[in-house]
Amino acid sequence: MEGTYDVAIIGAGVCGANIARRLSAYELDVALLDKEADVSFGVSKANSGIVHGGFHHNKKYLKARLEIQGAMMFDRLKAELDFPFVRCGIVVVALHEDEIRAVEQLYAQGVENGAIGIEMCSRERMLELEPSLSRDALGGLYAPGGGIVEPYRFVFSLVESAAKNGVRLLTGWEASGAIREGEAWSLRASDGRSLRARYVVNCAGLYADEVSRIFGAEDYAIKGRKGEYYLLDKLTRAKPGRVVFPVPTSVSKGMLIVPTVEGTVLLGPTASAIDDKGDAATTKEQLETILRSARNMIPDISETDVITSFAGIRSILGEDYYIDASAKVPGFIQVAGIQSPGLTASPAIGEYVKDLLKKAGLVLVEKADWDPCVAKLPRAKDLSPFELDALVAEDPAYGEIVCRCERVTEAEIVAAIRRGHTTLDGIKYFTRAQMGRCQGGFCTYKILKILMRETGMSWDRITKHGRESTVLRGEL
Amino acid sequence: MRELSFDAVVIGGGAAGMAAALELEARGHAVAIVEREERLGGILAQCVHNGFGLIEFDEELTGPEFAERFEEKVGARPIKVLCGCTVLSLEAEGQDKVVSCVSSAEGVIALRSRAVVLAMGCRERNRGNIRIPGSRPAGVYTAGLAQRLVNVEGYVPGKDVVIIGSGDIGLIMARRMSWIGCKVHAVVEILPYPSGLTRNIVQCLRDFGIPLYLSHLTTEIYGRDRVEGVEVAPIENGALMTAKAFRIPCDTVLLSVGLVPENELSRTAGVTINPMTSGPWADSSLMTSVSGVFACGNVLHVHDLVDFVVEESRRAGAFAAAWLAGARPGREVRVKAGSNVRYVAPARVEAGRDNKLYLRTMIVKNDALLEVKLDGKVLLSSKKNHVQPSEMITLKLGKAELAGAAELPDASIEISIL
Amino acid sequence: MSQELTCITCPIGCRLVVERTASAGGGRDPEGELSVSGNRCPRGAAYAREELLAPKRTVTATCRALASQGSRASQGQGSARRIPVRTTAPFPKERVGELLAAIYALEEPLPVARGRVLIRDALGLGIDVIATRSLG
Repeated sequence: MEGTYDVAIIGAGVCGANIARRLSAYELDVALLDKEADVSFGVSKANSGIVHGGFHHNKKYLKARLEIQGAMMFDRLKAELDFPFVRCGIVVVALHEDEIRAVEQLYAQGVENGAIGIEMCSRERMLELEPSLSRDALGGLYAPGGGIVEPYRFVFSLVESAAKNGVRLLTGWEASGAIREGEAWSLRASDGRSLRARYVVNCAGLYADEVSRIFGAEDYAIKGRKGEYYLLDKLTRAKPGRVVFPVPTSVSKGMLIVPTVEGTVLLGPTASAIDDKGDAATTKEQLETILRSARNMIPDISETDVITSFAGIRSILGEDYYIDASAKVPGFIQVAGIQSPGLTASPAIGEYVKDLLKKAGLVLVEKADWDPCVAKLPRAKDLSPFELDALVAEDPAYGEIVCRCERVTEAEIVAAIRRGHTTLDGIKYFTRAQMGRCQGGFCTYKILKILMRETGMSWDRITKHGRESTVLRGEL
Repeated sequence: MRELSFDAVVIGGGAAGMAAALELEARGHAVAIVEREERLGGILAQCVHNGFGLIEFDEELTGPEFAERFEEKVGARPIKVLCGCTVLSLEAEGQDKVVSCVSSAEGVIALRSRAVVLAMGCRERNRGNIRIPGSRPAGVYTAGLAQRLVNVEGYVPGKDVVIIGSGDIGLIMARRMSWIGCKVHAVVEILPYPSGLTRNIVQCLRDFGIPLYLSHLTTEIYGRDRVEGVEVAPIENGALMTAKAFRIPCDTVLLSVGLVPENELSRTAGVTINPMTSGPWADSSLMTSVSGVFACGNVLHVHDLVDFVVEESRRAGAFAAAWLAGARPGREVRVKAGSNVRYVAPARVEAGRDNKLYLRTMIVKNDALLEVKLDGKVLLSSKKNHVQPSEMITLKLGKAELAGAAELPDASIEISIL
Repeated sequence: MSQELTCITCPIGCRLVVERTASAGGGRDPEGELSVSGNRCPRGAAYAREELLAPKRTVTATCRALASQGSRASQGQGSARRIPVRTTAPFPKERVGELLAAIYALEEPLPVARGRVLIRDALGLGIDVIATRSLG
């Protein structure tokens, strides 16, 4: 038995992390559980990384209200935490006359939602904002409040903050059984571990339906919808200054061109229904669709700039989010079907779930010593030569550039490992090492050695992303 | 932050950088080499196979031996070597160049010089570059990374291997993996002919009975956590035959799908890049578009023999030394890639002296003809027993041949393989 | 009986066809027992003869490095765990497996100098195995 908690949160994605951090402000024992080797390894790791502009959804939906509220919380979170976020703005480009009508509707919806600074743009204004856009652009919409964020860094930082304030993180903890014993749930993990919690929050993303079943709560089915992406090199000529959206269709917001916070350009996502929720394979057809669509908006996009492709899976339940206390079982909160704009809404979801727990009887007493801030780790690529020189004097590991493409030092790799990111992917998401143009060709062996040295793990225990993803198969 | 001054700074301490630095020093210039690894030698350290040095040393050496011989030459001369030191930026400041670099021992240092030689080498193309669809499991490595893991670190990246691409590093790794007890199930090549040398096809594949699938495309990598296999389909008359696709189970995929000159630093310094080579545009003296910045070896264009790298880099070092001494190129003539030629490097010759050129063909042919034309008039033609894309062709254009070019305004030379 | 092979003496890669004449016996090489065709130059015939009768390969590999106390190799980062080695001459192909086993069984203390003989007269065939890099 790994203790008794007031709240156990199942799933350490962006929702679970926000909820955990919000609850860490109160005198509560909170456990954050995830079945993967690290946090943010599910739906939250592969998405567009957008803080939306508040014009895509009608306010009648819970997701639209949470989106607007959540988007406004990011500036404060950025000040307190350590993750990249820039309010670079969003444009929606109309390429045909009838698309202008659709943009007008989006504009009206944005105004109704209270999206700050939103404006309609002429062709001239549009091309002035984004000179790389196609000459076919007829006009569009500009929402200056939209922004870009690194989703996994956001989650990592939320979890770091939560842990600093007493939340217990348990990774590799896959919920496999639950029984109600008196006033609490007794939870069992597939590896035999167990714990007790008075309240459970189900943020299990793609697998929220299975978790709900384990608790005997509502019966629903989460479907996976795959989104494929291309990532372009930093030196691409086709980098817009803002997030570029096409005019949305009835099923999706379409494929975007995102200038990421780290300087690369992301194209995607596609949208295809899948049966196997673990199927994050990319396909030739969809990837070609992305390039075609992106070139309609920015013709300069070149295949030679592609450094990698990947796919993320959205968890689809219904038209709106399902966030509520279970009507069937006590002490069980459902946070399910969190698709776009989930990342944007997530801070507001933290707040909303905190209120649901309070309503369900959880007593919230603010901690006197809650510290909302985490230390901001200096990163070599952001430093002037003088700043870097001063840091090397303090810690020589800042003088060892491990990843040349993204300029990541040994000190940053060590910092990632000491924060619990002990898989190659975890280190990649925390530091960006292996994420640049060589995709780990030069630095992987260096990271392996640092990982073994820092953790004492032997070569056969090093994995790419946990489970059976071992990197090495033998020693000479 | 310290600042040091030199006549020339060489970026990269592999074969190219060492050869260029030695030439500069031999002509009396104060030279520094900046190398990011702990020791000089570059990628040669992990190329433990033989086949190096036949031209340079007239004997067959392994990569480490070749590297160490140059390392000793550098060590015997007063050349400042900064190892474990990564260059952060290269900037022109008036007549000077400033290379700032960082190491754990010294922090950030600025190296001021009048000339810079770029010798950063190249990197491997990877899965993203060739866009192989499928899942993203552990077990997909570039051949060079696998080579490092096996030959230097002593780890086995996987036991059942499929190699995508038939470049020489992949072929060499097929033999290496076989020799350490792993099973190489196939080499898959999209082109109808191998990208690597015939000798390697015979000694690295046939010796071990490894099948080579020419004109086959890898259509998918599958496996959730670790690679479980690849799907491969033949290409017939230019069309992908998906109906004939088949799967090859394996736990490891090695990619040997080409090399790209590593010019990110050059680009940020304002050096213009030739899209055909992905290396800098260079004049007849191997000087880039930034005055006083020279380039040689694999950062200029990808070579197939280190012996050629050394030869070219010596010239770059000598040209840089001459430039430091005040020499400037005389009348230059543009060189264009003609029929069946992918590129010619450098793309300029100087009419008043002997020039050496490297070119790469786009075709496989026996009894070919190399033809050099000046404004449409044949200057030179020579018979080639055999040409293929993986074998770089060397060409000398002497003062005599170019005599006519000096008089013609806007003359250009075109080189073809027929 | 005929056999096909690819010549590797130059990049052309001639496809050689080797015929064994009827009188041949015992596998020795009296000139004329093998007839080679398909070669564009005499080197092809010589290559075919050697490749069929006594094939040889230069063997390159690595062996285990034993870090001595206080040497750079014992400090982990940036140091090699393997010493690269090669044969001093091409080695009979059919015995490469045995040779590799002998190399893999080596445990050489550092430091090691390039050219140091690690196995003298390997398998009694008069060929040495030497280190190809100075380490430690």
